[in-house]
Parts: sequence; C-alpha cells; structure tokens
Amino acid sequence: MSESVLTARTEPISRARRGFVRRWLGNPWRKPTILATVTWVYLAWSLIPLVVAIAVSFNVSRSISSVNPFSLHWWWSDPIDSLYHDPELHTAVIQSLKLSVTTMVIAVPLGVAFALGIDRWHGRPATGVNFVMLLSFVMPEIILGLSLFFVFSFVLKSVPLGTPAQILGLVTFQISYPVIIVRARLLTIGKDYEEAAMDLGATPKQSIRAVLLPMLYPAILASAAIVFADTIDDFVTVRYLSGPASSEPLSVKIYGAARAEPTPAVNAAATFMLLATLIVAALAYILYRVVTKGQRGGGVTDLATQF
Amino acid sequence: MSVSSEAQPVRRRRPRRARAVDERVHYSRWFWPSFTIPATIWLAILFILPLYTVVSIAFGTVDPIFRNALPVYEPWWWSGEQFGRVLHDSFGFYRNVYIHTFEYVIVASAICLVLSYAVAYYVARYGGKRKALLLVLLIAPFFISYLMRMLAWINLLDTNGYVNKVMSFLHLTSHPVDWLGGRPFTVVMGLVYGYIPYMILPLYAFLDRIDPNLLEAGRDLGAGPARTFFRVTLPLSRPGILAALVIVSLPMFGDYYTQNLLSGSPKTTMLGNLIDEAVNSTGQGPKAAVFVLILMILVLIPMLYYMRSTARSLTTR
Repeated sequence: MSESVLTARTEPISRARRGFVRRWLGNPWRKPTILATVTWVYLAWSLIPLVVAIAVSFNVSRSISSVNPFSLHWWWSDPIDSLYHDPELHTAVIQSLKLSVTTMVIAVPLGVAFALGIDRWHGRPATGVNFVMLLSFVMPEIILGLSLFFVFSFVLKSVPLGTPAQILGLVTFQISYPVIIVRARLLTIGKDYEEAAMDLGATPKQSIRAVLLPMLYPAILASAAIVFADTIDDFVTVRYLSGPASSEPLSVKIYGAARAEPTPAVNAAATFMLLATLIVAALAYILYRVVTKGQRGGGVTDLATQF
Repeated sequence: MSVSSEAQPVRRRRPRRARAVDERVHYSRWFWPSFTIPATIWLAILFILPLYTVVSIAFGTVDPIFRNALPVYEPWWWSGEQFGRVLHDSFGFYRNVYIHTFEYVIVASAICLVLSYAVAYYVARYGGKRKALLLVLLIAPFFISYLMRMLAWINLLDTNGYVNKVMSFLHLTSHPVDWLGGRPFTVVMGLVYGYIPYMILPLYAFLDRIDPNLLEAGRDLGAGPARTFFRVTLPLSRPGILAALVIVSLPMFGDYYTQNLLSGSPKTTMLGNLIDEAVNSTGQGPKAAVFVLILMILVLIPMLYYMRSTARSLTTR
C-alpha cells in the first residue's frame, strides 16, 4: 500500500524532470503541430510569390518589384509594349500554343500505344526498348536539347531549325510521360477485364478498344494535361531548336526578357501562359470526372497517385 | 492452355515457341510488339542518333580555319584531343565550376529532402479531410511554369523588392541586399524552390502506400513516436527517398537557367552554364559536346539507379 503511494508520487516528478518539450514530443496522441506548421509555411512560400508575380502584371507603373494596381496597361492598353499589342509577343503566344497542341497530339498516342505494347511484350528486345524509353525520361533536358540541336545541324540537315525541329524535339522529350502514367494505370487494372472480354468472344482488338481503352482514359487525360503544361513551359529544348525569331515561343521570350530588362508585360505573358495551362488542366479534370463517373471514388486523390 | 488455343476459331498458324507468346495464346506473336514500333523508331532516330552525334562531335575533329565541329562517325577514327583538352581544363580552369555544381546540387537536394519529407509525411498521414485540398496545392506548381516561378522571385528579390522591404522593416539590414547579384544562397534557394514539387509528390505517393498497421504494430510493441519513425517508417521509405533524391538532382545538374535568372554572375557558374555558354558562342560546338558528355558520365549512375527502380515499380507494386 505504502509502496504504491510512493511510486504514484515519484512518477510525476520524474516525468516533470524530463521537461515539458520532451514530454510533449513523446506524446503519441498530440496533434502534429510541427509538421502542420512546416507544411503550411511551405505552401505559403511556394504560392505567395506567384500571387505577387500575377499582381505585378496589373501594375500601373513600370516597376516589377512592387505591386501598384490596378490597370490593364501591360496586358492591353500600352500601344507598344503590352502583351496584346507587342507583335513579337503576339506571334510568340501563337507559336507556344501551336507547339504544345501539336506535341500533345503526337506524343500522347505514341506513348499510350507504347505503354500498351511494352506492358504485355516480354523478352530481351522488350527490355532493351524499355531501357531506351526510361533513359529518355531521366535524361537531363540540356543533354537532350543539345544533342537534338547537333543532330539537326549535322546529320538530319533536311529538318530546318524552327517549328519542325522544335516539334520533333519536344515529342521526343515528352513521349515518356504518357508511357509512365499509362503503365502505372495498366498495373492497377490488371489483365482480368480484357481476358473476360475475350472469353465472352471479343477479339483482341475489340477488347482493347471497348474495355481497356475506356479504363485508361483517366491516365491518358492526365498525361495529355501534363504534356501540354510541360511543353508550353519548355524553353530549354525549344530555345536550342528555334530558328528565326518568329519561331520563339512565349517561354523563350520570357526567358530572354527576364534577364534583360523585365517590364510587367513579361509578368502578363507568364500569367497568360499560366491561364492557358490552368484551362487545360481544368478541362482535363472535368473530362476526367465525366469519364470516371461510373467508377469508384475518382477525384483529386486518385489523380495525384497517377504521377 | 492447349485447350484454349484450340478453342480459338480461326488461327492461321500455330506459334512455334509458346514461350514467346502471351500465356493464353490469344495474341499473335507480333500483336503487342507492333504497338511499340512507332515510338521505338521515333526514339531511335531522335534520341539514340542525337546522343551518338554528340559523342561523334566530342571525339571528332575541328575545322582548322573556322573552328567549327567536324563530327567523326566511325569509332575507329575518333580522337581524344577535344575531350582531353576539356578534361584537362576541368581540373584546372573550370575546377571551381564543378565544385560549385556539386555543392549547390547537394545542398539543394538535402534541403528539398528534409522539407518535402515533412510535407509529404504530413499530407499522407494527417491529411484527413483536407487531403484533396492539400494535394491540389501540391500539384499546382506542376502546372505553373518554371519561368513564372523564377520570375516571381526576380520580382521579390529585387533591391527594391518586398524581401528587402520586409527585412529593413524588421531592421535586419541597414541597406538593401543585392540578392540577385551572384549569391550562392539565392541560387540554392532557387533550385530548391524550382525542384521541390517534383520530390514531394513521389514521396507522398510512396508514404501513402505504407501500411498504417505496421506503425501501429511498432507502437504496440512499445516504441515511442520517434522510435517508430526511425525504426519503421524511415527504413520503409528508403527506396522512395533515393528515387526522389535522384529525380530532383538529375535536372539540377543540368540546370543553367536558375543560375542565369537569379544570379547571372560568373561567381556562381554551374556546369550547365558552361554548356549553354559554349553552344551559344561560335566555334565552341565541340567544347559543348564534350561538356555534355562529361555531364552524362557524371549523372550515369544515379540515372541507372532511377531507371531500375522505375522499371521495377512499373512491373510490380
């Protein structure tokens, strides 16, 4: 009896000696305050600068370092330097959209077909081909961009630098995204659905078109959105492969101007690109919701694991 | 197996080696390989051939008058002259550039790892109802151009920018700091800012897959939170950590634009800048090719590691 009183008394004291901080850290049921703080501070750090950059594009003055809104001067009103009236920026916007849409249209089908094939084709040649595809995925972009520049200037001379070379280069760089995303999805789908379709009398082609492809739509959409977003932002490959000034897309112009003497028009151009990307992402998301209507869950959490 | 192959109504010829065909023998042997042919041809011409061209230029010769590159495509005629010269400079004139590159990449990757592990861990384990929102915010940078994100920092770090304003308001500095004037700190921060999203998402996907029962088992066996983390979670996430480290450090090694936009000073030159400068000045094509080759050799091992782990994750889960 007296013993238990003793222990009951000494325990809190020894605990108290361990200090408040350690006790707090040692409590497995406490709220993850530190992690939560890190996360929200990180998010603030990652997103607030962008808000500032967007706000600068609506500046009245020429300053790029402070926000003094609100005008559409650099978007529209300035007759020479605004995004809308500067003819160079104008052609650059069109070039950007042209490159991204074309790349998306070429790279996604190539990549999806490749993913389907490589997922079911086993053997030594398949391993080799797969190796090359993964190599193109991890290769730093400067290596790829420069080697393409060299190949178009020394070997494939019939392809002029400019739009054709840019598209060929971008597709090469982007082709692995759909492959990786679609393969990850194929892995979760498994072969059962297709085999069921064929047991019910479908030919291999029918089973792909009617069963497998619809199940792959989310992955295809995700990869299309990624390819578009990544291409419209790309300036490494595109810059090395651009020929005349008219073939420089907006990203290259922004890169050049950001180093020279940036005006809020550069911010306006960047904001415009952001809008274009967000519209495509939103479209992809809406389509995704429509396509996966009958399937479980859906939503962002699912889409995120596609990466 | 043989039953199902006989059940096929029309089959022009039996596959000689059943091993080479899919187990169920539903498909002809060329059915699946044919899907990969277009992309394979594309990569052969526009990926393998260009890489070979770089090697041919790096080991090729130079026009004695115009100093432009004369690629040599036959390996038996290759000369190591260009390569030797640049390699020699790499240990002399360019030594600091290599040291900078490694310093910046290692420090930036380490910061990326600590930060993104904390964020990914929080979202994966404690995201709760806010998980979708958090994920949207974490994915957002993927859809925001790298340039836009660097531009934002050019705005903020300007001598009259908000960072300096806040710092002088808090009396941290008496006069504005020239952040964009060639400071390693700015470059490393830019690298972290630019590449950290690419690390958080894979880490999140990895941590999300760890079975919570394992953590609970650790607890039940008497381990405290710290011990559970160090003995269970961390060892389990090691492959994810390695893959994530590789995925951010590879592009950092080839990065020249972050340095160029946020510093532009020769004091902070990285390997990528050497390549970019060489290719943009006339007569230095061979030098650029050699630098590209050196970069490729430097990143080869992490690249192979990442490819192996990706290949594995795409076939088993």
